[in-house]
Amino acid sequence: MHDFTPLSGLLGGALIGLAAAVLMLLTGRIAGVTGIVGGLLQPDTADRLWRIAFIAGLIAAPLIAALFGAPLPRPAMNASLVVVAIAGLLVGFGTRMGNGCTSGHGVCGFARLSGRSIAATFIFMAAAIATVAIVRHGIGG
Amino acid sequence: MPVLASFVCGLIFGAGLLISGMTDPQKVLGFLDLFGAWDATLAFVMAGAVAVAATGFAIARRRTAPAFSAHFLWPDRNDIDAPLVGGAVLFGIGWGLAGICPGPALVNLAGLSLPIVVFVVAMLAGMIGQNLFGKNLWRRRTPAPRTEDHPLPSRADG
Repeated sequence: MHDFTPLSGLLGGALIGLAAAVLMLLTGRIAGVTGIVGGLLQPDTADRLWRIAFIAGLIAAPLIAALFGAPLPRPAMNASLVVVAIAGLLVGFGTRMGNGCTSGHGVCGFARLSGRSIAATFIFMAAAIATVAIVRHGIGG
Repeated sequence: MPVLASFVCGLIFGAGLLISGMTDPQKVLGFLDLFGAWDATLAFVMAGAVAVAATGFAIARRRTAPAFSAHFLWPDRNDIDAPLVGGAVLFGIGWGLAGICPGPALVNLAGLSLPIVVFVVAMLAGMIGQNLFGKNLWRRRTPAPRTEDHPLPSRADG
């Protein structure tokens, strides 16, 4: 149903990398969504404004695209709302506990050649692949 | 200026997620589904992102300070500890269940569909829960906590 789209993947990926590079060059920060959001949720965080601005930019991207006729993202989800809620809790708790997600560990960590981030990325990829295998194919379940 | 720069970076980041198709959980799950009709797109997104980010970081390493701030806040840890491994496993299970990670969750929030709102609320609750409870849990098991020579941001990898 979903086609392999390597060119738009590479182009979109390059933009993600550009955002991470520019954020570091201009503000000295790592573009890790978990760290940015999680820091905002901590009471002792002093630097809130840039975090709010980055998150506002993420949410504004599809709104600006909508001005040019793109549909707003309302993705179809196969999982029930209960499973979606459990998934959200696991993603929130796990990314904070492991200090990063696909952006901080995956993109920025690989780009810095951080052993810690590369290890985290292989672990969460493996856990996700195993989860999909069990949910979709009942392998090991 | 740093605030405006952060907004623009968020905007470019969000555009990249939209163009690459990574805001669509079905496309992400298509990559994670090695035993089904495998869609390798996510690997191309990662390759493009890492190549450009690595180039930018290499330029940054040769500079003394970022344009709008006093210091580069490079993450300073390189140890692989239990919270890193455990957190990555929990995150991976959640990612595999829904096909959404934190960045795409926030971009998708613009569409205000019910499953995405539920996911984001749960994700924020999970983060707050870890901030409140998880840190203390690990602090108790770690007799000598790391000295903090930097404020918050550099403590996190991402």
